[in-house]
Amino acid sequence: MEQVCLKKEKMKKAKRTVVNEMKIRMPAISENEGTARSVIGAFAARLDPTVEELADLRCAVSEAVTNAVVHGYGNCGGVLYISVRAYSDRSVCVEIKDKGRGIEDVKTAMLPLYTTDKSGERSGMGFAVMQSFTDHVRVRSVPGKGTAVTLIKRLSRTEE
Amino acid sequence: MANSRIVVTSDGSRLTIAPRGEIDHHSARSLRDRIDNELYTTRPDVLVLDLTHIDFMDSSGLGLLLGRYQKAMEIGCEVKLMGCSKRTKKILELAGADKLFEFEERA
Repeated sequence: MEQVCLKKEKMKKAKRTVVNEMKIRMPAISENEGTARSVIGAFAARLDPTVEELADLRCAVSEAVTNAVVHGYGNCGGVLYISVRAYSDRSVCVEIKDKGRGIEDVKTAMLPLYTTDKSGERSGMGFAVMQSFTDHVRVRSVPGKGTAVTLIKRLSRTEE
Repeated sequence: MANSRIVVTSDGSRLTIAPRGEIDHHSARSLRDRIDNELYTTRPDVLVLDLTHIDFMDSSGLGLLLGRYQKAMEIGCEVKLMGCSKRTKKILELAGADKLFEFEERA
């Protein structure tokens, strides 16, 4: 299994507890790119994020779900498994998993502007957006078995 | 779906296309066909993509803009972006695509 972690800064291993969680299973169809980011946006909105933080998370989720639909399952259906957890340290962890074809070379796939698309219609910026808009991106993939993308977004403290 | 509503205005040499709603991989397909259809029918000197009413865009939207830029260039048409939100600019800047386009504010 190939695993690539990108850390902008080390995630503190502080004691934290799960304050809320949700699991979603939905068909991997393009309509559900919008459904997934709306549902996860609604979940995260309960944690009182800034407008910017919420928009970042929604966009990163949209990228991961699109990858699963387009690359994981090659636009041929399949099932998306999404789980989201909110922690007491105000971090939100979203895992987007597919049982599709997997990625042979995760490091290359994550390079900005890298795309397998030859039509010039895909920007190859999906992972770059995920990395830029969240605090932590982890990709685990097994060719022929599927891919799991974990996104962690830390929300700023709110005034009590 | 209602997220591919679009307003098209043309004054001969200048074609303005203003989509509404969200641009993701799902909505980009129909939007792409619609814009290309207008572009090849009108063959304007300037294509203005008015993004004032776009409330969500991800890298599929970026792909759509880059694709249109390429298609327009091929027929000698210049592409301008209008009404770009901070969020849209953030995505364009990530790919360095902000340098490709001329930005115009809404009159």
